Amino acid sequence: MATIKVLGYPLSTATRLVLCCLEEKQVDYELVVVDAAAGAHKQPQYLALNPFGLVPTIQDGDLTLFESRAIVKYLAKKYKGQGTELFGNSLSEEALVEQWCEVEGQSYNSPALTILSQILFVPKKGGTTDEALVEMNVEKLVKVLDIYEERLSKSKYLAGDFFSLADLQHLPTTHYLVTDCGKGDLISSRKHVKAWWEDISCRPAWKKVSEKGP
Amino acid sequence: MATIKVLGYSGSITTRTVLCCLKEKRVDYELVVVDPAAGDHLQPRYLALNPFGLVPTIQDGDLTLFESRGILKYLAKKYKGQGTELYGNSLSEEALVEQWCEVEGQSYNSPALTILSQIVFVPKKGGTTDEAVVELNVEKVGKLLDIYEERLSKSKYLAGDFFSLADLQHLATTHYLVTICGKGDLISSRKHVKAWWKDISSRPTWKKVTEKAP
Repeated sequence: MATIKVLGYPLSTATRLVLCCLEEKQVDYELVVVDAAAGAHKQPQYLALNPFGLVPTIQDGDLTLFESRAIVKYLAKKYKGQGTELFGNSLSEEALVEQWCEVEGQSYNSPALTILSQILFVPKKGGTTDEALVEMNVEKLVKVLDIYEERLSKSKYLAGDFFSLADLQHLPTTHYLVTDCGKGDLISSRKHVKAWWEDISCRPAWKKVSEKGP
Repeated sequence: MATIKVLGYSGSITTRTVLCCLKEKRVDYELVVVDPAAGDHLQPRYLALNPFGLVPTIQDGDLTLFESRGILKYLAKKYKGQGTELYGNSLSEEALVEQWCEVEGQSYNSPALTILSQIVFVPKKGGTTDEAVVELNVEKVGKLLDIYEERLSKSKYLAGDFFSLADLQHLATTHYLVTICGKGDLISSRKHVKAWWKDISSRPTWKKVTEKAP
């Protein structure tokens, strides 16, 4: 079987999500670096694969796929029975995984990325962090994490008592919030969120992917 | 089999999306009205089902689910073989459905809702439409639709030559953009997008959902 190609770059949150999933599923892959800093993701050669010019894109034989959350679902389904089960074990469990994946994608991701962008990327490009914008998005995350705290007081992981895509989807952005943005208190001030974070961020697959820090 | 309960309201984009899916799958359901104007969605009774206080939430026997995009996937899987197939017919087709669902959820939804909010909701609450914000988001939607135009010149629907959840997810927001926001030219100025929109918005299930205008 041909190796899956992942076109992306090692520090990208979306690329890391896909790599971590591949590691969890014990699937061989090759990372083909798309140098976003050099604008490689906007070149015709890349746009022909992913017209949105975002990373990552995967190539699995004839199939080309983009959108990291869709890619991880594809991998979880294709490699069911191999490596870590990431989609639960019944239709109902799968539905809860989908639900919490949507929560991440619709409510957690945007404020988290805005904080990351303001604290890490804006200064790198010569701009000034907009503290009011950071504060506004920290408040949004606080509301979401308070709900996570309640949920995780009843359930070891987000979708149930099993690790799943829903937890995995939180790894890359939360890692940067905690390690590089100084927002670790968002996690550590909440007993069950803290325990959950310590558990999922210690997984060997994640440690392998996050070894090369920014 | 107990009827599926949908807690939401008939004018809500996300509720309409779920109702349309139920109709496509020919599944009986009961709409239990949760009226945000009356603050129903923030009552303890509702928050106990959906701690995020958003609509819709469904109850299917013991299973309570929220996040419309997650609900759609559950319905498409549970009722595979009944009504319209909404997930394609192979793992690869399913993956492309997931991909274009993510495009809608991650890239299309936010600017479209911002336009709707500025044109319809802000004036309703006594504020003034921010035309610059509208313009900025119309540009964003325009750029996306240019990519859709290219895609739909090669493929009848977004995921392939079959109607799927990916197309269905675009119905409710696009309907409002075209009708009450006066942004129909975004669609009608693009030949293949226009044909696609005409096709999917003419589906009997969608017509039925929009019979009761907000």
